Amino acid sequence: MAEGGVAAALANVDDRDNWRVHFADTMRGGQYVNDWRMAELHAKEAPDRVRELEAWGAVFDRTPDGRILQRNFGGHRYPRLAHVGDRTGLEMIRTLQDHGIHQGIQVHMEHTIVTLLKDGERVSGAFGYDRERGRFKLFRAKAVVLATGGIGRAYKITSNSWEYTADGQSLAYNAGAELMDMEFVQFHPTGMIWPPSVMGILVTEGVRGEGGILLNKNGERFMFSSIPENYRAQTADNPEEGWRYTQGDKNAKRPPELLTRDHVSRCIMNEVKAGRGSPHGGVFLDIAWIKEKLPNAAEHIKKKLPSMYHQFMQLANLDITKEPMEVGPTTHYIMGGVRVNSETQMASVPGLFAAGEVAAGLHGSNRLGGNSLSDLLVFGKRAGEFAAKFAKEHNAGVIDQTQIEEAAGEALAPFDRTPGANGSSEGPYQVQYDLQEMMQNLVGIVRYQREMEQALKELAKFQERCRKVVVHGHREYNSGWHTALDLQHLLTVSEAITRAAIERKESRGGHFRDDYPNKDAAEGKFNIVVHRAGDGSMQIRREPIPEMPEYLKQIIEEMK
Amino acid sequence: MSTATFRIWRGDSAGGQFVDYTTKVAEGMVVLDAVHAIQATQANDLACRWNCKAGRCGSCSAEINGRPRLMCMTRLDELPDESITVEPMKTFPLIRDLVTDVSWNYQAKKKIKKFKPRPPDAPDGTWRMAQADVDRVQEFRKCIECFLCQDVCHVLRDHNKLAEFVGPRLLVFAAALEMHPLDTEDRLPELKRSAGIGYCNITKCCTKVCPENIKITDNAIIPLKERVVDEFYDPLGWLWKLVRPKTGSGSELKVPSSGLSQSPKAAV
Repeated sequence: MAEGGVAAALANVDDRDNWRVHFADTMRGGQYVNDWRMAELHAKEAPDRVRELEAWGAVFDRTPDGRILQRNFGGHRYPRLAHVGDRTGLEMIRTLQDHGIHQGIQVHMEHTIVTLLKDGERVSGAFGYDRERGRFKLFRAKAVVLATGGIGRAYKITSNSWEYTADGQSLAYNAGAELMDMEFVQFHPTGMIWPPSVMGILVTEGVRGEGGILLNKNGERFMFSSIPENYRAQTADNPEEGWRYTQGDKNAKRPPELLTRDHVSRCIMNEVKAGRGSPHGGVFLDIAWIKEKLPNAAEHIKKKLPSMYHQFMQLANLDITKEPMEVGPTTHYIMGGVRVNSETQMASVPGLFAAGEVAAGLHGSNRLGGNSLSDLLVFGKRAGEFAAKFAKEHNAGVIDQTQIEEAAGEALAPFDRTPGANGSSEGPYQVQYDLQEMMQNLVGIVRYQREMEQALKELAKFQERCRKVVVHGHREYNSGWHTALDLQHLLTVSEAITRAAIERKESRGGHFRDDYPNKDAAEGKFNIVVHRAGDGSMQIRREPIPEMPEYLKQIIEEMK
Repeated sequence: MSTATFRIWRGDSAGGQFVDYTTKVAEGMVVLDAVHAIQATQANDLACRWNCKAGRCGSCSAEINGRPRLMCMTRLDELPDESITVEPMKTFPLIRDLVTDVSWNYQAKKKIKKFKPRPPDAPDGTWRMAQADVDRVQEFRKCIECFLCQDVCHVLRDHNKLAEFVGPRLLVFAAALEMHPLDTEDRLPELKRSAGIGYCNITKCCTKVCPENIKITDNAIIPLKERVVDEFYDPLGWLWKLVRPKTGSGSELKVPSSGLSQSPKAAV
């Protein structure tokens, strides 16, 4: 869960920071296939959104002179992440909720949308059910904003929570909206790997920001031996310099542990493959070592990383102030999603908006840590404002009863199926597990043409199984039913990821192909767009990236 | 790999019973893992609310061997070997199986006046706060709203005073606002009346079950009680308020240009 912080060029800790540096960092991190206009808006508007949260009651950690404190994070040139210990996301959720309950907003808790309704080209509402009773509900709406997050539950090892079932991407796709950049999935380098039941749970990058180092089983700090060319000028020459960077020395360069997440993940995979991994198939993340540097290290760690201390003590019986953690890559984030207008966040379907992880564009091929919280603040506000504007300027669309009946029929179908002739009646959970296993193995961190083609064949078989899944019991808070309905979303998005990954014949950011291990400048001129054809089949299209205006090109040139 | 037996409550508001399930257990497993395994293989429709499985979202609250706990943070190896009982929280209306309706908490939250900051300290519209002042409220703000404290509170659970008393969670919420370095609102009258702070008789059960180790009673409720007493029940203080000189508006918190002082409000 969001732990590290929210990236905004407030320049409270380092006054050399400004939106131009943040913009350049975001583009470099995304390897220049980002929507540059979104990256510009994001860098410019993030500071105001953070200040807005403070005005609503958020309590960020402070600098000695009382301003919002900012911490270092991977890929950010200066300390930029406003934070609250290691529970920044919770602070944001709480602030928005506490502010929201006094705004007269009607909240429909624990509702699931099964389809978006359309009137011709535009959106006219949404149809779903309340989980508590399983009753269908129709929401007439002039505009709809998707804020459903990511797709992590398509993979076996993930840091994502239960609700990251790809429903937003899938609802938009089925409503005719385009998806983009679906091949770019971020595998966060540090997830827990032991004990098995906690596999995938996030270990915040903040651990490395506070001085944590990665070691292989021989105790070697392997990150120093693979620093990519385009980051060499910004990376520390030796461990001592790296330590000074984490302690706020403005003249020091960042340690290689704070290189971008895609790179760190692959370095960890390489160590494991080469037989230098930790006992449970990862590497060691050591923060305890800072006791060599700080007199009160244990207290310092508990203060700066309270949730991590708590999480390892309680779930792994491990004291991170004394021992190194075992970590490995975990599916964390999808850079791709619904293709939206850079300014308004409207999808290619009029009246449909998307903000945050469910939308594509800002992060390009790899997201920097801290840029997701700023993304959802900046573009959440924009999506809301432009959706409200759209709603004011348009009349309500017509609700088509046949669309509702069709969706209701499909949603209830799993109850009506009778067990197969041979007595088999597969429930949804096994299908979901198998799908997660397949995606992890065939469309994971390192990809091969042959395996991805195999994945497409497997996905066709999963479609068959999905159509036969049987659900028991009744409609009230029936977890089996909910899982059965999520399956279709997971399958749609798994197919989009796989097809886009086959199409991009290079390695860039979160997308790494063993058969095309290098970046290819020609491939970097396109985004890959996925859409649903009239016959229901999934189509892939290459969309040229628009030419960046001169003033933005200049910024990137200056910051090289 | 060994097995364990779980007695899980199955039923809804009309009634129900415990059902025994036996499942395999492995090293490091938590109760929620076992519930998931049972759900996947033996009881597909078992209702269970969960989300992050990392102790952050506060969704999987239940009563495990009679004690209110998060299922995702309760390791099997810390429980006795005999059968493990899992049942829904009792204070809230049951929806189904392990899932309860906790929406009352959000309704009750509306009773507490919202955050009202003082005017910004700097011309650019920002504020200055000392880390020491911030630390105090961050203890309260780390609450994950699992509502285990509400579940264990006898005023709510046994005496059913949901209309008169907001419970420990919302007193922590009120404390976070009252001790917020920037806040200028006065919530003492509502704490006394609609929030019913007087109902709490400091048994500290809430503190014992808090998965975030917030010292609910000592750090949140008692200081609030003291403020309410000072405001409404202290005869000398009452007399003083009658005769004291007027001090102007509420904007008492100015940041000296030389540096920071702890805000007087937070330092109570």
